[in-house]
Amino acid sequence: MMPHFWPMFRKEFIQMRRDRLTFAMMVGVPVLQLLVFGYAIQTDVRNLPAVVLDESRTPESREIIYAFQNTGNFRIVAYVDGRSALDRAIARGDAQAAIVVPYQYPRDLARGRTATLQIIVDASDPLASQAAIAAAGAVAQIRNLVILTHAAGRASLPLEARVRPRYNPGLRSPNYIVPGLVGVILTMTMVLITAMAIVRERERGTLEQLIVTPITKTELMLGKIAPYVGVGLMQMTAVLILGRFVFDVPLTGNLLLLYGVSLVFIIASLALGLFVSTLVRTQQQAMQASFGFMLPNILLSGFMFPRQAMPEIAQWLGLLVPLTYFLKVVRGILLKGVGLEALWREVLVLAGFAVLLIALSVRRFRKTLD
Amino acid sequence: MTQAAVETRNLTRRFGALTAVRQLTLRIEEGEVFGLLGPNGSGKTTTIRMLCGLLEPSEGRATVAGIDVTAAPEQVKQRIGYMAQKVGLYEDLTTAENLDFYAGIYGLRGAAKQGRLAQVAAFLDLGERLGQLAGELSGGWKQRLALACALIHEPALLFLDEPTAGVDPAARRRFWRTIHALAQAGTTVLVTTHYMEEAEQCGRLAMMSRGHLIALGSPAEVAAQVGGRTLEDAFVILQERDER
Ligand SMILES: Nc1ncnc2c1ncn2[C@@H]1O[C@H](COP(=O)(O)OP(=O)(O)OP(=O)(O)O)[C@@H](O)[C@H]1O
Ligand SMILES: [Mg+2]
Repeated sequence: MMPHFWPMFRKEFIQMRRDRLTFAMMVGVPVLQLLVFGYAIQTDVRNLPAVVLDESRTPESREIIYAFQNTGNFRIVAYVDGRSALDRAIARGDAQAAIVVPYQYPRDLARGRTATLQIIVDASDPLASQAAIAAAGAVAQIRNLVILTHAAGRASLPLEARVRPRYNPGLRSPNYIVPGLVGVILTMTMVLITAMAIVRERERGTLEQLIVTPITKTELMLGKIAPYVGVGLMQMTAVLILGRFVFDVPLTGNLLLLYGVSLVFIIASLALGLFVSTLVRTQQQAMQASFGFMLPNILLSGFMFPRQAMPEIAQWLGLLVPLTYFLKVVRGILLKGVGLEALWREVLVLAGFAVLLIALSVRRFRKTLD
Repeated sequence: MTQAAVETRNLTRRFGALTAVRQLTLRIEEGEVFGLLGPNGSGKTTTIRMLCGLLEPSEGRATVAGIDVTAAPEQVKQRIGYMAQKVGLYEDLTTAENLDFYAGIYGLRGAAKQGRLAQVAAFLDLGERLGQLAGELSGGWKQRLALACALIHEPALLFLDEPTAGVDPAARRRFWRTIHALAQAGTTVLVTTHYMEEAEQCGRLAMMSRGHLIALGSPAEVAAQVGGRTLEDAFVILQERDER
């Protein structure tokens, strides 16, 4: 069966090893992407540097400052003793937030008047300032409740919503981003590499020599993509290792299962590249078309924006791109530790994509120069 | 009558409004060295590509080794060797790797493959170049390697499209000695060329102009058509006549 597959595979493998561009893509793209996305999308705002101006210096003021510290959102870097020192710290960027406890704070509290705290944030970084504002609001709400409960003569709060974030208890965004990045990186490199690999043969004139041999279209296509399966698995391993040791992403689930599913996804992505190669004539076009196919994958799959928050039409369109299914699988395995019983539908869809795209490419490919 | 190696009847190929090959009817016998001559754009490459199953004829038919190229192009492909006008070697593979690849693609395996590789390398004197990247070979050696790749499966027919273009005279002479040796062993060779001293070495010639046949016969017969002058004169005169 398929007697010409192995010669094709061997040849492609040697060429792949010798091609510097392929090698650079294999190693460089994952590292670069991971660093760019990993750091840029650090949306968690922990330990925002903050200065404190405590005008009252009382047990009450110390208590509220401690409450702010406890949220984990603020890291107190200095105590200042005047407005001008505070303004300077913010202006210089030494602190991104300031907590001001006014002189009359404990007195107002004691007399049952509304006591005020002042929180100053550097809003030039909207994400950081939003987190600070939300945290400040929460601190105040909880203090309010505690005080009112005491006033009402109750020993405990009337109601507490205990939120238990499952699977990603620290609410850390790298945990969400890095597994998704495995899918994005695989899509980008696998599609591009294969699309280029076939078109390059056409441009160099070797395709004419190749299609005049008895190799079948299927053998040609499969032999062409097979070596890159290994590239995909290596890229994925690189991302997982970096994710684990640089970004502290837990690798919860069954890694063997993850590799198995990724294999299916890699083949589907390579098949997409094959399909692209049947639509174009030059490497330039191959590059453009590959990006044209990648963009919807990245935008609609829920890598950057949650699919649930998208307009309905975008959610429907998202069902047409392989990455959507892979993201669900990779996050499910890595973050939730779930197994095949929860993910078999996605795996089937991915396998369907692979088979369909290969079949379409073989159909479209012509062993002639027309 | 024995079976023809190549037979075409009214073979025609159009590209849009342009007719690249027009009503070509030819018969090439087994073991012939058959030359295809003609100015640039006269349809030589298009003709060869149709015979190899790389382009579909717009009209007419062609059989190669008795097989209809339109009906069964894949069967034709096993029996022919083809050297494209633009040599299609993998420049990032070595000589040995190129040979090994084509041997595998043509279905050779194991000891049979090793034996044939050694035989072809010896026949074309490639022994010292085996470890060199094809991209680093000089023009003449590239040509030899391309021929070796086209020969690896011992095809009954060889289609050589300007195999010696841009190669120095000594290398060309060597190349032609190889062609004659192959023909002696029974291989049919269809070769295109712009060099008249090469055309002289063909058993028979076809001259093409603007896609159709303008002369056919042995070099002497073609020269006689315009009063026994040199082949080059005949070539120029016949072409000018056709274009008038
Ligand atoms: N794929 C194609 N699409 C459109 N036109 C083509 C195509 N291939 C060849 N032609 C045209 O067909 C004509 C014959 O071309 P062909 O390559 O067969 O000539 P040739 O005799 O091999 O010329 P040369 O000596 O320059 O190699 C030319 O006018 C060429 O431009
Ligand atoms: Mg030509």
